[in-house]
Amino acid sequence: MDACGTQAAAAAAGGEGTQRTLYPYVTGNSVIAMKYKDGVIMACDTGASYGSTLRYKSVERIKAVGKHSLIGGSGEFSDFQEILRYLDELTLSDHMWDDGNSLGPKEIHAYLTRVMYNRRNKFDPLWNSLVLGGVKKGPKGDEKYLGMVNMIGTHFEDNHLATGFGNHMAIPILRAEWREDMTFEEAIKLIEKCLLVLLYRDRSSINKFQIAKITTEGSTIYPPYALKTNWGFSAFENPSKGAVGTW
Amino acid sequence: MVGSMDVPAKGGFSFDLCRRNDMLEKKGLKVPGFRKTGTTIVGLVFADGVVLGADTRATEGPIVADKNCEKIHYMAPNIYCCGAGTAADTEAVTDMVSSQLQLHRYATSRESRVVTALTLLKTHLFSYQGHVSAALVLGGVDCTGPHLHTVYPHGSVDTLPFATMGSGSLAAMSVFESKYKEGLTRDEGIELVCGAIRAGIFNDLGSGSNVDVCVITKGKTEYLRNHELPNPRTYASSKGFSFVQGHTEVLSTKITPLKPKPEVTVGDAMEE
Repeated sequence: MDACGTQAAAAAAGGEGTQRTLYPYVTGNSVIAMKYKDGVIMACDTGASYGSTLRYKSVERIKAVGKHSLIGGSGEFSDFQEILRYLDELTLSDHMWDDGNSLGPKEIHAYLTRVMYNRRNKFDPLWNSLVLGGVKKGPKGDEKYLGMVNMIGTHFEDNHLATGFGNHMAIPILRAEWREDMTFEEAIKLIEKCLLVLLYRDRSSINKFQIAKITTEGSTIYPPYALKTNWGFSAFENPSKGAVGTW
Repeated sequence: MVGSMDVPAKGGFSFDLCRRNDMLEKKGLKVPGFRKTGTTIVGLVFADGVVLGADTRATEGPIVADKNCEKIHYMAPNIYCCGAGTAADTEAVTDMVSSQLQLHRYATSRESRVVTALTLLKTHLFSYQGHVSAALVLGGVDCTGPHLHTVYPHGSVDTLPFATMGSGSLAAMSVFESKYKEGLTRDEGIELVCGAIRAGIFNDLGSGSNVDVCVITKGKTEYLRNHELPNPRTYASSKGFSFVQGHTEVLSTKITPLKPKPEVTVGDAMEE
């Protein structure tokens, strides 16, 4: 990656010491999330690539935020870590109010939207697509929340979300097969279906996934595990069987 | 540009104008774009043969040019080809190879093989270096069994148990990757192909309208045109509209009889 070129470009762009994110270096993969009966489930793989090299293989891209939320991030990993620091400050000062109230997922999503949009307006974006999910007791009982913000500040809520390549490969499956009030086991099966498709067809995906869930009891981030893949189609074994010598 | 072009080109791509085109582009000439089909096309191999599927939307940029076009092209009685990319290119290339296959059948008195169509397609596309923008899913059943291939615009080919191409290929591939298994029955194969095309229709803007399916087995080909219509016109009343006389107030009536047409007697045939 051309670090010297970035600085030269920044200096040439005008004003010394101007720092702008021009392109991402270490990038995380897709994140998939969906609501289910007891709360929100989120999953992603644990890899971070440095361009076309698979540099880090044990990276946690889903973190708990406060008591009620989970955040998952894809895109530039250093920007994701910076966002986690901002959220730490936010939850800390919220805790120090000591007023019995705590920030719910909707509030944190709104905060992140402001942060991302303002950085984009300064032409110095945080190069991420973030998924924010959680459950909090509201006036109508336990309200599940799932929202997304990306690097230009586009934000929305939905019953199921995906970032990056997941938009093209996981969302069609989720749109066809997601139902209201899925049990935890059904939700895991559906998410694993999406993760497997991404593993087969996204070149930067690795076979090491983490699933996290958040319910009214709190958040749980499960240890990483691998999915079983099937490469044994008989058609793959000898593709040129019909015409020897072809390519 | 002058003098060196006396000998007609023997075939394949002529690179004579490439330097001039590069120079023009550097000077700011905007190269005209191509009309694409924006498509979802799929194919899969099942127990007894192959099933091909396609959507039916043809786009010109952001506009839907044809709501119900045919993307599954005839190559031979036992071989069909779905085409994505530039509509003119897919039509022309499949037509051309279909004619060559017919001539070959006359010469050999044998049923065409899928690898023959494959070789004709890939050598043609390779010689045009990707400028013929045709991405094809070729499937058929011949004496050596069922075959499914994908052909890319630059001329490379793949032999696969299931394949998707076009702008909706990712949505369709997600359905295939999660549900395909070997040894499907005919109905399961058709259902899976329809599911994949529906995923493309509803999740990709370049694909839409209806689902075409083609099932090829040994000795029998079924072209199921508009097998599914998942986008019916729901706002038009199925009973139609009846306008009974008396609903609209008639202010005045004027009747003008038209002049009677002159009778034309049959005359002599025209001299050529």
